[in-house]
Amino acid sequence: MSTASFAPKFAELTVGQDIGSRSITVTRTDLVKYAGASGDFNPIHWNEAFATGVGLPGVIAHGMFTMGAAVQLVTDWAGDPAAVVDFQTRFTKPVPVADTTGTPEAGAVIEVSGAIGALDADAGTARVDLTVVSAAQKVLVKAQAVVRLA
Amino acid sequence: MTINPDLQGRSYPAAEVYDVGREKIREFARAVKATHPAHFDVAAAEGLGHSDLVAPPTFAIIVAQRADAQLIEDPESGIDFSRVVHADQRFTHHRPIVAGDRLVAELHVDGVRAMGGGAMITTRSEIFALAPGDATDAAGVREPVATATSSILVRGEGQ
Repeated sequence: MSTASFAPKFAELTVGQDIGSRSITVTRTDLVKYAGASGDFNPIHWNEAFATGVGLPGVIAHGMFTMGAAVQLVTDWAGDPAAVVDFQTRFTKPVPVADTTGTPEAGAVIEVSGAIGALDADAGTARVDLTVVSAAQKVLVKAQAVVRLA
Repeated sequence: MTINPDLQGRSYPAAEVYDVGREKIREFARAVKATHPAHFDVAAAEGLGHSDLVAPPTFAIIVAQRADAQLIEDPESGIDFSRVVHADQRFTHHRPIVAGDRLVAELHVDGVRAMGGGAMITTRSEIFALAPGDATDAAGVREPVATATSSILVRGEGQ
């Protein structure tokens, strides 16, 4: 693997610099997979009747699914998943995921983009600020990943 | 039922050991749509200087939520899980989680704040790796691996 040779160099970064963007498509199947992988079986993430019964618009994605998927932009940019030494977010809006089972359509789309928010020369770390939007609403706020770079 | 304000400052000691397996790392990575080879290919992870497959940055939530369950399921806490909303989450990694780690989590209740008829509860899981060969935490020698902090909002009636 030569992934590391493409890793960003701390000295070449500037605050405000764009690290890229991506679209993440989400289906009900993705939520079932995340439930199984994480052990979070709250029925608001897979059962429509239960979700609407507690006042939600329908089945919603796990906040931790959105957080975990959003950081992949940073992981791939950094070249090593272990470079992400700190990652935080607030969950502000749910991501409703429509039931598109049996069709090729996405149930929701999450748009992620990132920019350098701060640089700490002493620690050799860059803070990446993520903008995470679905259906024209910010679903994560203060989504910040601290990345240690050479 | 109201949230017990005396929860603040309470701690729950490390309970069961969580064995980090390669297939679990791969399964979790696929579930968050991660494609980095260090999650899937041991040689790729070793090429980056890791001893085995590296877990994605939010993998520690598995261990942290197991620790949180001790609080939520504590009859003294007064928490109705069906009224819980995840408000914020943070992971601080002291070193990467890799396949083969045996992890334990100590849970600390750092904050309980009344909000309307409900409450905001902030917990902190201190996650440690057991020393090699110490399968049952018998030796009590632990290496700090990650700190997972989360706030949950327990909605009151009508919220």
